[in-house]
Amino acid sequence: MADVELRGLTKRFGSTVAVDNVTMHVEDGAFVVLLGPTGAGKTTTLRLISGLEMPDDGDVLIRGRSVVGDAPAQRNVAMVFQQYSLYPHMTVRENLSFPLRSPVLRTPDDEIDRKVRSVAEVLHISDKLGNKATELSGGEMQRVSIGRALVRSPNIYLMDEPLSSLDAKLRAELRVELKRIQAGLGATFLYVTHDQIEAMTMATHVGVLELGSLVQFGPPREIYERPVSLYVAGRLGSPRINGLPAGLFPGSPAGARTIGLRPENIVIGGGGREGRVVRAEHLGDQTRLHLSLDGHPIVTLTDPHAAHKAGDRITICPVNPLYFDATGARIT
Amino acid sequence: MAEILVRNLRKEFGDFTAVESSSFKVEDGEFFMLLGPSGCGKTTTLRMIAGLELPTSGDILIDGEDVSQKRASARDIAFVFQMFALYPHMNVRRNIAYPLVSQGMPRSQVREKVAETARILGIEEMLDAPVRGLSGGDRQRVALGRAIVRNPKCFLMDEPLGALDAEFRERMAGELRALHDRIGATTVYVTHDQLEAMQMGDRIVVMNHGIIEQFGTPRDIYDSPATQFVAGFIGSPPMNFMEFEGSVAAGDTEVEMLGRRFAVPAAREGFAGDMAFGVRPEHVRISDEGALRGEIVATEYLGTTQIVILNTALGELKARIPSDRHAAAGTSVGLGFDGATVTLFDKRSGLALRSELNAGDSGDG
Repeated sequence: MADVELRGLTKRFGSTVAVDNVTMHVEDGAFVVLLGPTGAGKTTTLRLISGLEMPDDGDVLIRGRSVVGDAPAQRNVAMVFQQYSLYPHMTVRENLSFPLRSPVLRTPDDEIDRKVRSVAEVLHISDKLGNKATELSGGEMQRVSIGRALVRSPNIYLMDEPLSSLDAKLRAELRVELKRIQAGLGATFLYVTHDQIEAMTMATHVGVLELGSLVQFGPPREIYERPVSLYVAGRLGSPRINGLPAGLFPGSPAGARTIGLRPENIVIGGGGREGRVVRAEHLGDQTRLHLSLDGHPIVTLTDPHAAHKAGDRITICPVNPLYFDATGARIT
Repeated sequence: MAEILVRNLRKEFGDFTAVESSSFKVEDGEFFMLLGPSGCGKTTTLRMIAGLELPTSGDILIDGEDVSQKRASARDIAFVFQMFALYPHMNVRRNIAYPLVSQGMPRSQVREKVAETARILGIEEMLDAPVRGLSGGDRQRVALGRAIVRNPKCFLMDEPLGALDAEFRERMAGELRALHDRIGATTVYVTHDQLEAMQMGDRIVVMNHGIIEQFGTPRDIYDSPATQFVAGFIGSPPMNFMEFEGSVAAGDTEVEMLGRRFAVPAAREGFAGDMAFGVRPEHVRISDEGALRGEIVATEYLGTTQIVILNTALGELKARIPSDRHAAAGTSVGLGFDGATVTLFDKRSGLALRSELNAGDSGDG
């Protein structure tokens, strides 16, 4: 495994700046998740590292050495895509051994066999090795395509939304599995997603991208608790953070334009301002209350059997609010 | 507006039974969810209500009128699909107006109706825009507009938000529900997303393999699942199951697993054999006094809460605890359960054993 460094990495497509002067260090053994909405530059960043795209500016270093001049194959990175592309006429075993059979690698047969079996075991597909790729379920196919990356010992694994085409249950399962595999191998992962749960649960570090720029980089807890901007604050947390005018509650510091209030950081019924319940959603483990306060929608959480219903009036008071200035930057 | 009654509805495709004898009632003005994994028969059920499939047997009544064998166009319903098909060469206004124009409605009336629909959806300013350049969400609003403009008896929606990304889906889900609250039209909505169903639905039908497993309010289904399938499908993460062989007699308030006693809601029926002890992650307590021991395998940070994954002698368990509590992988901890929330299942049939908490009912009507 290796560390990867991006220095002032920039990529333009016509007049669009897809990746804008990104500097980031993915340490050896880190699980870095790049998070951002469609068009933020996540996938382009991966493609620049793998060599599928050439940067207009800046550098990519693997183990401290610039690889910008290297062809994709020379960079020794493994990529997993959202859409699993297996060879349908091959068995799982053949699909998994394929990357090792490259004439450049000259891997001996017994070593191929050993690697394939150990990867299959890690991914719980040992009993499927003899199956044709077409005889697998979607989850199994995606595990095989992850396995095809794992049989190699690349410098870094680059994963582009590998779980997004799977159903919720499988996604939750593979999330834990991938994290376990990464930690077990001590592998370096750079993982792209727009799913904030994946980012929070798997990452050692999250990089938040906004219009091609890296706006914050840090452990998930830091991104969640101390976002640098309202944009970053809105990336993590479900339901999303409430953005409210600074004057709505007393106590805003000078220069504050917006109060950022996470749904769980609101006390109900202990004084404060009075709002109207628009709708109560009983989700089982919690109740989500949609409130209206001076015409501003606010979402808050309360206990699962709360009796609040539409039309009720309740008082709410912020706890530990975040404040943002007119540009969206956090001030306290 | 309309009430929809589905009675012993069945659909076979050759040897395959897609829907087995379903019965349920959708009340007038209700937002009703058909929930289940792919292949469970939810879309087939919806398509039969719409008239896009004819049932093999059984009846569908809309406002008391039997429409089972009527064509879709004679049912006065509006269908919203996952893949919203708009006419790409028409602008927003003409797309929304299309159903009315094709009915031969006078122009002035069409104009008025389209304006009203656009106002309800908040898309007045984009009426003259071509649909080609619209975002996914706006296209879905236009598709909704085309359904609303006809003022149908009810709306049938087949995963209308399925194609949108997570952030947008949450916003549109809120908008759809708010729209429903304004116009109050009976809506039957198909989804495989349990959170969407819990969030938006007044009542939910949970289907699996063509069979209705349970129907009730989100709260009933979450707190008192009728079957192990429902308990394992609802919630994120879903209910934990600890499998054991044991027995329980009517009136018992404890059950024995691994030689230790665990509190359960007072049993209303007796059972002996293979069982599952079902407890939701938020009702698993990590404390040193716990009757069962577990080893922390991993944790998942979720903001204010975290999921702790544990290995125990009774299998893997997930607990939801505040994220400021320390939980390190490799630590051995004691586990306790909030007994009042537990449901026991007959492992073979998958049915919930009746108790003070859980009537073991698959439906309320």
